Amino acid sequence: MSWWSRLANVFRPDRLSREIDEEFQSHIDEAIEHGRDPVEARRALGPPLRLREQSRDVRLVAWLDSLRADAVFGWRQLMKKKATSAAAILSLALGIGACTSAFRLIDALLLRPLPVAEPGELYALARQGVGPAGNFRTSDANEYPLFQVERSAVKGQAELIAVSYADRTDLTYGSDEEVEKAYRQFVSGWMFSSFGLRPALGRLLIEADDLKPHAHPYAVLSYDYWTNRFGRDPKVIERTLRMGDDLYEIVGVGPEGFTGTEPGTAIDIFLPTMMNPGVTHSDWSWFRTFVKLRPGVAVEPVRERLAAINQAAQEERAKGFVGVPKQRLEDFLHQELVLEPAATGVSGMQEDYRASLAALAVLVALVLLIACANVANLMTAQAAARAREMALRVSIGAGRGRLVQLVLVESGWLALLAAGIGGLFAWWSAPVVVGMINPPDNPARLFLPADWRVLLFGLALTIAVMLLFGLAPAVRASSVQPVSALKGGDNPHARRRLMHALIAVQAAFCFLVLFVASLFVATFQRLSNRPTGFSADRLLALETITQRPQAPVYWDQVAEHLRALPGVETVALSSWPILSGVGANGYVSTNGAPPSDVLAYFMNISPGWLNAMKIPVVGGRDFRPDEVFPRVAIVNQEFAKRFFEGRNPVGRSFERKGSPPIQIVGLVPDACYRDVREPATPAAYYPLQSVDDNGALQPIAQATFMVRTVGSNPLAMASTLRREVTRARPEFRVSNVRTQLEINLSHTVRERLLARLALFFGLVALLLAGVGLYGVLDYSVLQRRREIGIRMALGAQAVDVARRVTADVFSMVLAGALAGLALGFASVRYVQALLYQVKSTDPGMLALPALTILGAALLTALPPVIRAVRIDPATTLRAE
Amino acid sequence: MPKPDSLQGSLDLMVLKILSRRPRLHGYAIMSAIGDMSGDVLRAEEGSLYPALHRMEEAAWIRAQWVTKDTGRRARLYELTAAGRKQLAAEESRWQAVTSAVNRVLRMA
Repeated sequence: MSWWSRLANVFRPDRLSREIDEEFQSHIDEAIEHGRDPVEARRALGPPLRLREQSRDVRLVAWLDSLRADAVFGWRQLMKKKATSAAAILSLALGIGACTSAFRLIDALLLRPLPVAEPGELYALARQGVGPAGNFRTSDANEYPLFQVERSAVKGQAELIAVSYADRTDLTYGSDEEVEKAYRQFVSGWMFSSFGLRPALGRLLIEADDLKPHAHPYAVLSYDYWTNRFGRDPKVIERTLRMGDDLYEIVGVGPEGFTGTEPGTAIDIFLPTMMNPGVTHSDWSWFRTFVKLRPGVAVEPVRERLAAINQAAQEERAKGFVGVPKQRLEDFLHQELVLEPAATGVSGMQEDYRASLAALAVLVALVLLIACANVANLMTAQAAARAREMALRVSIGAGRGRLVQLVLVESGWLALLAAGIGGLFAWWSAPVVVGMINPPDNPARLFLPADWRVLLFGLALTIAVMLLFGLAPAVRASSVQPVSALKGGDNPHARRRLMHALIAVQAAFCFLVLFVASLFVATFQRLSNRPTGFSADRLLALETITQRPQAPVYWDQVAEHLRALPGVETVALSSWPILSGVGANGYVSTNGAPPSDVLAYFMNISPGWLNAMKIPVVGGRDFRPDEVFPRVAIVNQEFAKRFFEGRNPVGRSFERKGSPPIQIVGLVPDACYRDVREPATPAAYYPLQSVDDNGALQPIAQATFMVRTVGSNPLAMASTLRREVTRARPEFRVSNVRTQLEINLSHTVRERLLARLALFFGLVALLLAGVGLYGVLDYSVLQRRREIGIRMALGAQAVDVARRVTADVFSMVLAGALAGLALGFASVRYVQALLYQVKSTDPGMLALPALTILGAALLTALPPVIRAVRIDPATTLRAE
Repeated sequence: MPKPDSLQGSLDLMVLKILSRRPRLHGYAIMSAIGDMSGDVLRAEEGSLYPALHRMEEAAWIRAQWVTKDTGRRARLYELTAAGRKQLAAEESRWQAVTSAVNRVLRMA
């Protein structure tokens, strides 16, 4: 019986039983045909059930027996050559582990459905079209009054659920001294019941909590937060917590495993949407809208209904726009409403990391394939060494299937051990990668359960890997011709062809991995080296809030207090730290002309801020202490270029939303504003202190102290500064301290992650390919030592021998590298979105991997070549 | 009538021998052949024939194939493999050694 049908027998015992029964039936039919009595014939044969059991046992048990024998034999084979086996197992383990790890990340972030009832019925509402900056974009931010209209319009067909963007906020449980941070999310009161969730403690939010603005200050904790912050203390119910000016009462704890609808962020505290001041503003876009279809309702009619309401509301809203260019108004009204499946939740991290994770998954899969090719070559070389053993087995009657099984069981051992170690590697590495995603003080929280999905993936991967590297050598080993093998003259060329082909494949994959890695590394380097336009050196950003908005003079007092501290070089104020992701923008016009359709970006700064940030004033002057918004501004060169045709704008003015002219008093060079990737944006800086229409100074509720320290490690002063701010004025509280450097680096987290991991896997791929190349060369020298001996005896030079030994393999490496190049060019458009100012056709990008592979190939070829030219013809020929 | 089981290993030997003379027989035909050739002195227990056939198939001494006969019925036909041929030779010589030893004992006693 063939190996396959035996394997099939184990998994399909029914079929085996049917076959046995059929044979017995055929026996009885035959007996009757020969004139025997049916009953007698049946009795003579015996009870069919027992017979069937006996025959089945014979077939299955024998197979299991042989499997056990092969397993023991395979284990001994592995143990015989510990070093090679360990190398094979480790390289496979690294590949399997990396792939499993990548799968865990992808699964957790992109594939795993939310732990809610019928996640497949969940959609997220979004508007697609040309955005205010003039580019195509999808926005899933919504406005509450419109949400309420939409909700009642589709009632009966679908439930609409508002879920705000998760934000990390300050809160206190007891005294105001102990500020801590947590992720909060405003959600519709009916979210929990729509999702079919049950409380772990107390109660969840209900619809009644979410009908009147600011009426029900109730909070529900997530199970995870309850566990980490309160050690699952049941007395947490009815405790209060303060966020901003609001005091909330904890009413319950959510179910285990539910951490909100944003994969990558674990929500700690859920609040009713009605507690957010945005509920009454028709122009605040601050939450996502989830649409949960009722059973049996189609998506499209619901979408059309919502689209009509949305269009009417947008048209109404556009009527109130002042100072918006005509084209942008058109774009605003021509957005399309879409419903996107949201079974896996919706998060910014999904969008940011989808392409990166896919690219990484392909890289690690390639590394695994390289490792497989290595092990396949190793097994092929071993099969050659064992050709005589195989021949002997064949001549004493072993079937071909039996030999395939023998070799495959050995492969199975390798794969199994590798899967074990790889599993450990995946268990360790996936959380490490997640830890690298956000800055250390605020890590991404992605749940990485090791459940049946991961196990199943690991198992399937292990079996696939085993067949991939084990099947070809096994089939080859089993096709041994006893006569020629026992005579010692087995034709080695066929075997070498397989090994050479695998070398070419390895070279191609290795080139591809290195090529992509070099693209990522170059991207990260260019982003890191991009001039920001200011100096982040020794700079601390103290984001500060006050209990009630405070007059600008008090903010100045605190700044003065900080300035007097030892170790502080300069202190200045701005509305938010530069590059923190916060921004304000709008359309401006000059000389009473219609507004330009280019967005300008705004920021409020105190006098001395430019100096503190080391942004030089190239024209005009800095603000004076008595200057206020909206009277004066300092603009950057891009602003001058866009709105004043590059002429010196100092002394001229511009308008916003029909405001009185704002006078430009200074000109500064371009600096980064919101994102280091963005090209220079036109920016206008305003004074921090502003006056209303009546000329009264406005109090300020939050701003950021930018402190440049004397010492080289600004964080050393963080706690002192935090304390001193409150000491200077008790109403002031620092809510967040970061170094400007950390803020800058947070923009390249993804690129750094990609560059690091791609570089790591590039090196692993190079190492594995090098080991593979070495193995094949070594083997071919060993195989051809007779031939080399004869050539040398006939007078061949060392150079000839070296060329002869390496020529085939090197042409394979070259062919592989060329194929890799073609693959690289073909695949570069899939990673283009992840690159920054890097061209794949850049000669440097191509030369680096090519030279690396060539260098590695030369290095690994050296020892076998030396061995080849050192062959002593006399000894070799005598030994044969 | 002696049970084949009491003659250790004789069933295997007979099946192999019969298959070496007449390849491609189904179970019933093998059973009938044992009866015919031994002049109905030996009769293979039908209940032990099939487990024996399946065991020998597993040991790769014989191989089996399903065929559809002219009558439309399917039958499983057995034939000897190379390994089976070797096994037969070995069993045959062992059998000869055992029976001649037993015969010697019978003569001398």
